[in-house]
Amino acid sequence: MITKITKLARISGAIGVAAFSAALMLSASPAAYAGELTVYTAVEAEDLKKYAAKFNEDHPDITIKWVRDSTGIVTAKLLAEKDNPQADVIWGLAATSLLLMKSEGMLEGYAPKGVELLDSKFVDSSSPPSWVGMDAWVASVCYNTVEAGKAGLSPPKSWKDLLDPMYKGHLIMPNPNSSGTGFLDVSSWLQMFGEEGGWTYMDGLHENIARYTHSGSKPCKLAAAGEIPIGISFAFRGAKSKAKGAPLEIIVPSEGVGWDMEATAIVAGTDNAADAKTLVDWSITKKANEMYNAGYAVVAYPGVAKPVKFFPENLLEKMIDNDFEYAANNRKRILAEWQKRYDGKSDPK
Amino acid sequence: MVDLSLKTAAVVKVKPRAGRDAWIMRAFILVIGLYLVVTLAMPLYAMLSKSFNTYYFDLARYEVQINEDGDWGETIDVAALNAASNKYSRDQLRTSSDGRLSIVSMLENFSFRAKTLYRLRNVHASGSFLSGSELVDDTNWHEFTSNEFRRVYLKPVKTTGLDNFRQYFSNPSLFNSIFNSLFIAIVTTIITITLAFTFSYAIARSKMRFKGGFKVIAMAPILVPSLLPGIALVYLFGNQGMLKFLMGDQSIYGPIGIIAGSVFFTFPHAMIIIQTALSISDARLYEASDALGASKTKTFFTVTLPGARYGLISASFVVFNLVITDFGLPKVIGGQFNVLAVDIYKQVIGQQNFEMGAVVSVVLLVPALFAFAIDRIVQKKQVALLSARSVPYQPKRNRNFDRLMFSYAAIIAALIVGTLAICQYAALIKFWPYDLSLSLTNYDFDVMDGGGWGSFYNSLKLAALVAVIGTVAVFTGAYMVEKSQGMQFGRSLFQFLAMLPMAIPGMVLGLAYIFFFNSPNNPLNFIYGTMIILVICTVTHFYTVSHLTALTALKQMDREFESVSASLKQPFYKLFSQVTVPVCLPAILDISIYLFVNAMTTVSALIFLYSPDTTLASIAMLNMDDAGDIAPAAAMGMMIFYANVAARIIHHFLSKRIYSKTQAWRTR
Amino acid sequence: MGARESTPSQSAAPFLRVENLTKMFGTFTALKDISLDVYEGEFVCFLGPSGCGKTTFLRAIAGLDIQTAGVIRQAGKDISPLPPAERDFGIVFQSYALFPNLTVLRNVAYGLENAGKSKSDIKQRVDELLELVGLPDQGNKYPAQLSGGQQQRIALARALATSPGLLLLDEPLSALDAKVRTRLRHEIKALQAKLGITTIMVTHDQEEALTMADRIVVMDHGTIEQVGSPLEIYTEPATLFVADFIGEMNQLKAVSVGKNKLRIGDIEFSCQPRISSGQNGVATIRPEDVVAFEKSRKTSQNVIEVTIREMEFLGSFWRTILTSKKLSDQSITADFSINAVRRLSIEKDRRIRIELPTQALRFYDSQD
Repeated sequence: MITKITKLARISGAIGVAAFSAALMLSASPAAYAGELTVYTAVEAEDLKKYAAKFNEDHPDITIKWVRDSTGIVTAKLLAEKDNPQADVIWGLAATSLLLMKSEGMLEGYAPKGVELLDSKFVDSSSPPSWVGMDAWVASVCYNTVEAGKAGLSPPKSWKDLLDPMYKGHLIMPNPNSSGTGFLDVSSWLQMFGEEGGWTYMDGLHENIARYTHSGSKPCKLAAAGEIPIGISFAFRGAKSKAKGAPLEIIVPSEGVGWDMEATAIVAGTDNAADAKTLVDWSITKKANEMYNAGYAVVAYPGVAKPVKFFPENLLEKMIDNDFEYAANNRKRILAEWQKRYDGKSDPK
Repeated sequence: MVDLSLKTAAVVKVKPRAGRDAWIMRAFILVIGLYLVVTLAMPLYAMLSKSFNTYYFDLARYEVQINEDGDWGETIDVAALNAASNKYSRDQLRTSSDGRLSIVSMLENFSFRAKTLYRLRNVHASGSFLSGSELVDDTNWHEFTSNEFRRVYLKPVKTTGLDNFRQYFSNPSLFNSIFNSLFIAIVTTIITITLAFTFSYAIARSKMRFKGGFKVIAMAPILVPSLLPGIALVYLFGNQGMLKFLMGDQSIYGPIGIIAGSVFFTFPHAMIIIQTALSISDARLYEASDALGASKTKTFFTVTLPGARYGLISASFVVFNLVITDFGLPKVIGGQFNVLAVDIYKQVIGQQNFEMGAVVSVVLLVPALFAFAIDRIVQKKQVALLSARSVPYQPKRNRNFDRLMFSYAAIIAALIVGTLAICQYAALIKFWPYDLSLSLTNYDFDVMDGGGWGSFYNSLKLAALVAVIGTVAVFTGAYMVEKSQGMQFGRSLFQFLAMLPMAIPGMVLGLAYIFFFNSPNNPLNFIYGTMIILVICTVTHFYTVSHLTALTALKQMDREFESVSASLKQPFYKLFSQVTVPVCLPAILDISIYLFVNAMTTVSALIFLYSPDTTLASIAMLNMDDAGDIAPAAAMGMMIFYANVAARIIHHFLSKRIYSKTQAWRTR
Repeated sequence: MGARESTPSQSAAPFLRVENLTKMFGTFTALKDISLDVYEGEFVCFLGPSGCGKTTFLRAIAGLDIQTAGVIRQAGKDISPLPPAERDFGIVFQSYALFPNLTVLRNVAYGLENAGKSKSDIKQRVDELLELVGLPDQGNKYPAQLSGGQQQRIALARALATSPGLLLLDEPLSALDAKVRTRLRHEIKALQAKLGITTIMVTHDQEEALTMADRIVVMDHGTIEQVGSPLEIYTEPATLFVADFIGEMNQLKAVSVGKNKLRIGDIEFSCQPRISSGQNGVATIRPEDVVAFEKSRKTSQNVIEVTIREMEFLGSFWRTILTSKKLSDQSITADFSINAVRRLSIEKDRRIRIELPTQALRFYDSQD
């Protein structure tokens, strides 16, 4: 019976699909042609135009079609399209996500021109490398001095400080299941405190967390807006909000901070490999790195980084020695554990 | 002579020959039926089958050799290795598509400092493991030092079964959402129905003033995305909210916020249905009750309530369904309170666990289908009541009662207007709460997530396309089904398919579309990521109500028009274009405005389907809120509101004009 | 089948020939093996109670509900499988089915468009038709602005516009009030006679059928009970159903005692030759056929003494209820003229003698 239905569905499907494709084919837009690249990215929306403009200064003949979304969504999209890739290039997605793509065989190995000039920490270990890093993106704590003052809080100095009961209900962090920033926090704690210590730490932290947000930048924006005194987010966002006039202080916990890098890769199966290589070549140039430096204190090209306004100064030395492979290969397990421990606790009591 | 021929004539069945009209109509039914099969049945099938896709680590696909002291030992398959160490049970080997299993976890006494060497190979070319992040899927032996070997991970293989469901129901953090969703939906239903009933009662049974104005205001929530009230609630009751003090220790982020917002956006839906139910009750019953000397209260409980019962039941299930399937609102204000619709999003977007997303979708389908089925049954009874001849009730003036009802309606209206006003106000504030000066910076969408102003224009384009294409498809389909002859089975199937979308939550439809249209084997996959798929999905999502509206209008047409036209040897399309469409124009306009407004406000189905070229205003709103840009989200929400108001006004005047032009025959 | 075919005056081949028509709706048989000939220029009425299959029959002829089996020939051509658009007929429905958004002019012109006719030709034909139905200056009105009777005439004009060979009328008058109905009966009949168009009308109203039809087809339970002229149907009902359905009819339990003899109670009567073969059955006679016995009459055949149980004055005549022990206390309804009542001093409770004339007394098998 079931097989019959399946068969029927297939047959009718084939007919329907054929008829429809015939009907719709006329109205469909042609596939990507030379000179146009579909680029998937998680780079902040406000920077995209600048990136494209800078790139077009050197390569005016290549048009970039951005697909921009948060890290989780772009990753999901890419994985969903695994067998039917829509993207030509990924430019500006978390390395942990790119590692996942790589393990699915979705990336095209390519050593861009000048890759040897980059800090080796920023280049995939395979040869040719599957991805090349652009800049680092570092966790930190956004602390709203006004609201904290109202609530009678004192600023935390370390991650462990955040366990203090006085912060109960005054803390927000991103949900690692939906936010790359959230995941880098969790994976950094597990690396710094060890698996056991890390979970114990999070058990304690969970008691103080008011809620988990879907996106990584939201905690800092909420802190900036005074919705919450303390938001665990990333430094770049904090610096931007502070520049807008929010009463924020960006705190770098003393134990060290997790980080992830934004990286670039060519998607295997792109039908525009030449342009894709041009873009990736350009993405590691000094000029590009200078551009990244506008928002990121740490970039792949040594010697380029200049201090970013409002960016915490000691950030570089506090970045932990991040094991991306550990993070990528254990991601599923960590997230499942996290969900089991903390996501279910939000039920009505 | 007749008797004679009777006996000799062989009984031969007459095979009616279909005329040209019949063929054209059949072709149309086939095309639109096919449309529903391709855009509804097949995606749902794809999703259902996805929910049965499970992943597990098939240890028998790997072989390992260990060299502890210079000699390679015998070849062991990894399943045996696991059996020896007794590390993982069958259940523990189940995972999802991106699960990874460390191979050394199965080795007893493993130390990465040991000098031991390891070899690993895939038994089949289909098996694969990772060395570090490198994918290995050949069948050669690969050699590793122990330090390298600890970085080897196995990848899962795909199979089919009920494991996803088993896993879902054994994970309290997942299935608790069922109770959360039901809780929210039930509480909201009770509150909304109570409020809407009182409001409708005030409209139908009192002689209060400004009835028309109240009615218009009460309809306003339909014109905004469901997440807009969520944003208003943040500004009102959030930690920096203007009315925060009213909340006490309670947080708006959670069930309270979801319920409050849900009541806002479901109110008009409930009101329309209940008002219809109240307006058809028979005045003679009230006269009889009066004559029998029944008290007002008694009349209310013995006449009013029973008379409106079908309307109340129907409205309840509509509200229930709207709430349980809504995604935008709980996403914005749900905090840590998990509900099913958001779970689907989290599973798919957050964890890339498409299979579990499909499982949650199936779970969400159950209450939605159930509520839908009950609503349909009740609606049929309500229709029977409607067609019965009755004398409409005329309210009498009663000062105190009218004043009471007026106050109540005024409060409701004020709450609705207030909610919208808060959003507009918030959108104009520079930096809440620290810089309260007015500015338009929040309208600078182009520097924010979600696609900028382009997404607003995309939404307008989508809404216009959906309104035009959807109306043509729906009305033509309804006409063919209603007026064509024969093909009974085909027509019943079509009817079923046309009713189905109402029971399918938007999230589920959207996810089903990913599975179906993004499959590389699907010749239609070129529409993935284009405006076409958004149009198709939206038309399908809102097909049912449009279809029913069209059917109601068509049923009011004389059944014999087609016969007369055929007898006069005129093709059916002449009748269709010269009579059917002009006569049904008011209904056709209603369908198009319904589709337009919903295309502007819908989030759930399209959240999975939009692309950078086709970002939409409602989704931009969600994404801006998600990124913490709440004020711009409010600004975008109000843009949607104004666009819909404009569309409604245009619709109003268009209707009026068309009415005076083509419906002249209605006035005697 | 008990139907009796009356011989039509026409000797030509029938215009419409229906052979062994059967129509099933699922397992329900709406028409059972029906055969009928209709001749050119005839006005035929399908008459029967609701649910008898008359409308189904009409719709089969129109091709709107095509029969399950059987053959329909129109003008010699087998039209059985053809869709309505490929047949030659005009139709008027009970609801008139006028297109509400089109003016009267455009309604009537509807069938004339796309037929290669010039605009002026169409205009001329429409004017002609409106003239024909007596509504020459209503062309620019919408249907809703006309009275029911006017709408009916417009529907007729529209159906006639294409000069079809066959006009089908489906209960065309039943939505109208009594007065208009009577007037329209004559108008339609006159129009039909004038145009000479072969017409089939479905009705459940016997008066309508009797006054308008050349021939009546009486139907019941999906079969034809009788086909005949109105007079034949009235005076010589072929079956008990027809006898009962048309006009008033006394039904008395009776036993057949010979080809021309029957017995009611204790008394033997001579009657019309019986059609059926059964023993026990029903004797029928119309109330107006009962004759109050006058002394001057010599015959004693079919005469019986009865008591007048009730009398009711109905304007132009008296209706009486008569009983007799000899008829096993069965009562007979009889209508007597005012004149006869006066002349014979007919009063309640009196005994009189009546005659049940041989030519009016018939015997039928019981229906059940």
